[in-house]
Amino acid sequence: MKPGRMIIEVMRSFFKKPVTIKYPAVAFEMPDKFRGKLKFYPEKCIGCKMCMRDCPTGAITINKIGDKQFEAEIDLGKCIYCAQCVDSCLKKALEATKDVELAQLDSRKLKVVFNASPKNTP
Amino acid sequence: MHDSHKFKIPIGPQHPALKEPESFSVALKGEKILGVDIRLGYNHRGIEKACEERTFLQDVYLVERVCGICSHSHSTCFVQAVEEIAGLEIPSRAKYLRTLIAELERVHSHLLWLGVAGHEIGFDTLLMYTWRDREIVMDILAQFTGNRVNYGMNTIGGVRRDIDVSQVKDALKAVDTLQERTKYYIEIATSEVTIIKRLSGVGVLSYEDALRLDAVGPTARASGVKRDVRKDDPYAAYADVSFDVITDNHSDVYGRTVVRLKELLESFKIIRQVLENLPAGPIAIKAPRKIPAGEAISRYEAPRGEDVHFVKSNGGEKPERVKIRAPTLANVQAVKHMLKDRFLADMPIVIAAIDPCFSCTDRSIEISYLDDARKKEVLTWPELHAYSIDWHRKRGIDFSSLNKKLKEGFKTS
Amino acid sequence: MFKDLFYILVFPGFAFLSLFALAAEFYDRKLYARLQNRVGPPWFQPLADFIKLCAKEDVIPEAANQNIFKVMPVFVLASVVTASFYIPLWNNTALLSFNGDVIVVLYLLTIPTLGFFVGGWYSSSLFARLGSVRTITQLFTYEVPLFMGILASALLADTWSLSELVSFYSQHGWLWLCNFVGFAVCLLALLGKLEKTPFDIPEAETEIVAGSFTEYSGRLLAFLRLSTDIEMIVGSALLAAVFLPFSFNLGPGLGFILFISKVMFIVSLLSLARTVAARLRLDQMITFCWKILTPLALLQVFINLILKAKLIR
Repeated sequence: MKPGRMIIEVMRSFFKKPVTIKYPAVAFEMPDKFRGKLKFYPEKCIGCKMCMRDCPTGAITINKIGDKQFEAEIDLGKCIYCAQCVDSCLKKALEATKDVELAQLDSRKLKVVFNASPKNTP
Repeated sequence: MHDSHKFKIPIGPQHPALKEPESFSVALKGEKILGVDIRLGYNHRGIEKACEERTFLQDVYLVERVCGICSHSHSTCFVQAVEEIAGLEIPSRAKYLRTLIAELERVHSHLLWLGVAGHEIGFDTLLMYTWRDREIVMDILAQFTGNRVNYGMNTIGGVRRDIDVSQVKDALKAVDTLQERTKYYIEIATSEVTIIKRLSGVGVLSYEDALRLDAVGPTARASGVKRDVRKDDPYAAYADVSFDVITDNHSDVYGRTVVRLKELLESFKIIRQVLENLPAGPIAIKAPRKIPAGEAISRYEAPRGEDVHFVKSNGGEKPERVKIRAPTLANVQAVKHMLKDRFLADMPIVIAAIDPCFSCTDRSIEISYLDDARKKEVLTWPELHAYSIDWHRKRGIDFSSLNKKLKEGFKTS
Repeated sequence: MFKDLFYILVFPGFAFLSLFALAAEFYDRKLYARLQNRVGPPWFQPLADFIKLCAKEDVIPEAANQNIFKVMPVFVLASVVTASFYIPLWNNTALLSFNGDVIVVLYLLTIPTLGFFVGGWYSSSLFARLGSVRTITQLFTYEVPLFMGILASALLADTWSLSELVSFYSQHGWLWLCNFVGFAVCLLALLGKLEKTPFDIPEAETEIVAGSFTEYSGRLLAFLRLSTDIEMIVGSALLAAVFLPFSFNLGPGLGFILFISKVMFIVSLLSLARTVAARLRLDQMITFCWKILTPLALLQVFINLILKAKLIR
């Protein structure tokens, strides 16, 4: 039993660089398998709606807008980023991106619609 | 102090010592604790009911969110039960990967606990250092599974993500660093005088009491109860790896600290074995959507103790019943016993020493009135149902047709 | 008249002390953070905190004794500022000085503790009351070694005046080194007085929220915090004057820098102490102070008595 056992470690830390990452100022890279904001490829979708069926929170909706044309509406407020829909999709029409900076002041902006023609998609 | 100077202070539902809302009403005489009233239920989220409303596959993600720290524990426990009902034999690579994530999770949970314990006894430097080193294991977890907290690794019939050789190398290197750091923390925790003074002799739970009060996990093992599901009833790949069950005879908070820290070393041992002997093969088999009728109980050694899931299926896509017994529920009884005749200053560390996770524990709410302590309000199932229909009707959602159907259902059942 | 007002309000009075105290708080926090391998706050953080608190609403509990609750922060602030007038900064003479001012300074530094007690007690919150009881219990443990340590030094100098004490040690070369045990004892006792880890029992946040300060908010809390900061530098300055009494003849410029660095040195020691220890329990602190610190302080008194007998001979 000795007092101040950590003193050497503590003094050493003083001369080390702080480990804190100054996040918004310094970019932070997500790992490769990260499950972030979903991306939808309308041209691959066949409208089987397996993603809708497996989504634990009902965050994803597939709408038919024309002949073999489908639109995905994703509620980012509901999404829990489990990426089960990506696994369920038979045609790989969904993909989890590394995008995490999704905070919004306006809750309506959390609803993201992936249009059938990819040009119009944000 | 004069004898009449007894008073009650509320530790919780909102208090800096507690990370989650839970109420401890402490009767004090000066600094001495005369008795503690524990009230659970502030975090009731209706998880079990929600499980019944979703398919088995959706439930995996729901139970993963029972606890923020032992997320892999709950999902593995649930998935194991479902696989048992469905009679699925998962590939051995999946078993090994589950074990790997489970042990990495234990490492991060125990390091987190050490930091919290440090904070509770006013040793913030320990908190800062352990949480800094915890980042190493969080990074490995993120590399393996994609995310830091809710790994999303499990699925019915196996695991969802495979790991490759380069990641194994990185992980082994990181485990070496962590082992070195853990040895340093063991040295600090067993020799720093202020830590020992605050921990030893505090929150004593004897061997007999640990058995009588059904303590689980490190809390029980620190009282000399050699009980570990990984050894007693091996699941995943635990039967193939060699490790020791750590016990300690101090029976106090100091013992619990030592047990947790030494368990870390055992976890490193397991992680190394798993990474080195990872069998090749598929990581999952296809699971049916409809699980055949049946029921199963699954046990799992979470970082905090034994986690039990009961799942009953009626042959449909959704489970008929899911019951979750989180380890904190087993240990919370012991807290009351441990606090008796201790000082108020010991309260935070004694509560922290069981590594409580109250939101995982809460399964019901009991309303009691301040003016009349005997009057209590408990809603039965039909009452709760009627209440919810009423609640929705007031907000313009009418379920009357559904209600009729359900009422008929009740009559028939 | 104007000169007196200048002394009281500007230098070395309120304005100087406040700025120095905020700077010392920043230094303390930054050092604490760096020792923990963190970044720490930016330089204006204590000032920003102060301004933010001043801009907030004062919430006074209905059951609290309004007058005492409001007066206490001012009372505490006044006593610590007054204490600073008796402490020599860079020359042998403090602003005010008379024979016996060592004791006055020590008692003036006790007033904040009493102030926290009274303020906490009359805020009629359970946590605040527990904190006040702890404050006052703690007072009886560290006060004795602190007084004995400082008076032992004065004993050797054969004076009860801080200014004379400083000039005595300045003339006697390295004699101040003999007070090393007393210095260590007083540093630990000062930790107790300033309610810093390992003796931050009265405001142990994981046990009793914020102790005596629980109910304080807004401007009142701002001034309470400012006075604890000022207490820290006045206490450190006192220890610097008594135990590091060298080079008090460098003149205003260099002497002032030396004074600041001495105070900062003691503040660093305090930060270091709170980095490497866990909070003790009240009973453990009582045992520690009475069984270890007090005998050590007594030892210092004996050493100084023997030294004095030799010096006189």
